[in-house]
Amino acid sequence: MNINNQKKENEIILAVETSCDETAAAIVQGGEHILSNVVASQIESHKRFGGVVPELASRHHTENITWILEEAMKKAEVTFDDLDAVAVTEGPGLVGALLVGVNAAKAVAYARRLPLLPVHHISGHIQAARLERPWRYPALALVVSGGHTELVLLREEGEYEVIGQTRDDAAGEAYDKVARTLELPYPGGPYIDKLAAEGTPNIELPIAWLEPDSYDFSFSGLKSAVINTLHNAKQRGETIRSEDLAASFQQSVITVLTEKTKRAADHYQVEQIVLAGGVAANKGLRTAMSNTFASSSVELTIPPFSLCTDNAAMIGAAAHVQWKKNKTAGWDLNGVPGLALT
Amino acid sequence: MKILAIDTSTHVMGAALAEDDKLLGEYITNFKKNHSLRLMPAIDHLMNELEIEPKELDAIAVAKGPGSYTGVRIGVTTAKSMAWALNIPVYGISSLQMLAQNGKYFSGYICPFMDARRGQVYTGLYTSENGCVKEVEKDRIIILEDWIDLLKEKQEPVLFLSQEWDKHKEAIQEKLSRQVVYGSFSDMLPKPSKLLEVVLNQGESISSHELVPEYTQLTEAEKNWLASNKGKRNDE
Repeated sequence: MNINNQKKENEIILAVETSCDETAAAIVQGGEHILSNVVASQIESHKRFGGVVPELASRHHTENITWILEEAMKKAEVTFDDLDAVAVTEGPGLVGALLVGVNAAKAVAYARRLPLLPVHHISGHIQAARLERPWRYPALALVVSGGHTELVLLREEGEYEVIGQTRDDAAGEAYDKVARTLELPYPGGPYIDKLAAEGTPNIELPIAWLEPDSYDFSFSGLKSAVINTLHNAKQRGETIRSEDLAASFQQSVITVLTEKTKRAADHYQVEQIVLAGGVAANKGLRTAMSNTFASSSVELTIPPFSLCTDNAAMIGAAAHVQWKKNKTAGWDLNGVPGLALT
Repeated sequence: MKILAIDTSTHVMGAALAEDDKLLGEYITNFKKNHSLRLMPAIDHLMNELEIEPKELDAIAVAKGPGSYTGVRIGVTTAKSMAWALNIPVYGISSLQMLAQNGKYFSGYICPFMDARRGQVYTGLYTSENGCVKEVEKDRIIILEDWIDLLKEKQEPVLFLSQEWDKHKEAIQEKLSRQVVYGSFSDMLPKPSKLLEVVLNQGESISSHELVPEYTQLTEAEKNWLASNKGKRNDE
């Protein structure tokens, strides 16, 4: 691949993200400046099914992809000649959905003779922090979304070490399932957050601490406990305030997330902590993290809501690191649904 | 005028390049391996061999389905994204018409089909006119038995073109007997050069944004939803 020999630091990247149900494209300069960030959400299309339908998501991506790419270019007021590279989410994600972004990115890069930069979706969520402020290492990232719950250590730029992850459900998945039990609309996470703010955490629910030295998580027991609590109350003819149950559930999740993050931060003596992923939009979690690290010297970065949920600007930010390290892909790049973060 | 043609709608993968009415090159493989990984290297290989730069292309043609959902999306996404990046038009041609074009010298009906599982086929019916096939029964997904009944009523010879011929030939020959004609092994193979023939004869180009796959059916989730929400529309 013909990458320019003179390496620019303020390169302009067209980034593409289609790993789940958002068709997204962005133009990012130097890994810091968002020139445009276009996201076409498919939430409305999947709502009636109560969750993302993979085949439908892939179909929508194919219909929308060039419209979204064009809008990103127009909003950024750039032409193809201004671009230095095309970046795309390689994985993880829904395979059919990933393939649309990967093939679109390859086609554009090939047609315009631009280098192709493969990006790991989670590194994207983490590098969204770069769009806020420069990194300080070592750093720790807590990534929480519908598909992921991971603690990632960054000893230096672009080096990712997963030190903890969920052993069953992702935190966001547990939120969605509990929301369904409480008959809240889809997607349920934001509704639980809202309900929880009006309730009192007075219902005892389990917290899975796992082994004393483990940074892993587990949320399936908690999810079942919520379902059982509701079920048992119904059997006894009692009513439970949804607000209180939501608050109790949220407290259990947040307690284990913040506590394990704190432990890891102390152990690895990190300089910076990043809260990333769709669930980072949760007010309860944001507040708890801010309180936990308020009195410490550790810098806490929480990207704005629009950069926490899936978007392509974060892929452009992560691609900047790939660009600097010359990590380009060949024309045989493929979507990898179970791609590991390294 | 240089046109690149792409087909990934079945496990056959193909790319071809023509300049005006001259076919310059064609690359086809017929085995089950990842199209998403192999398509762009195949295009790159073809273009390199022919010493053609992407910016020299004037249009892109693609088989838009029906066929494997994922396969069709790989071809269509690649075609429309390349066309968009080069600001050139695209031609979306039926995958079945492309296959039917293999039988352009046949004077009766031409029936291309692909197995669509559960006793169903993707198929349509074509006749040839001045070297190019045109649709007489539109592309659809249908139970093979029902389709055979429909063909029987035509009472004319039918040329069958399909990679799954062997799998279905008994059912077809049993009911249609003397009406049945079938292709040789290379006639059964979809070829991207046939897309180019169709384009040159009667193709109508569209803008890259407008190109969408032709699946011929809704997703399972949508079908189930419609079945349990009688009277509602799919976009409600």
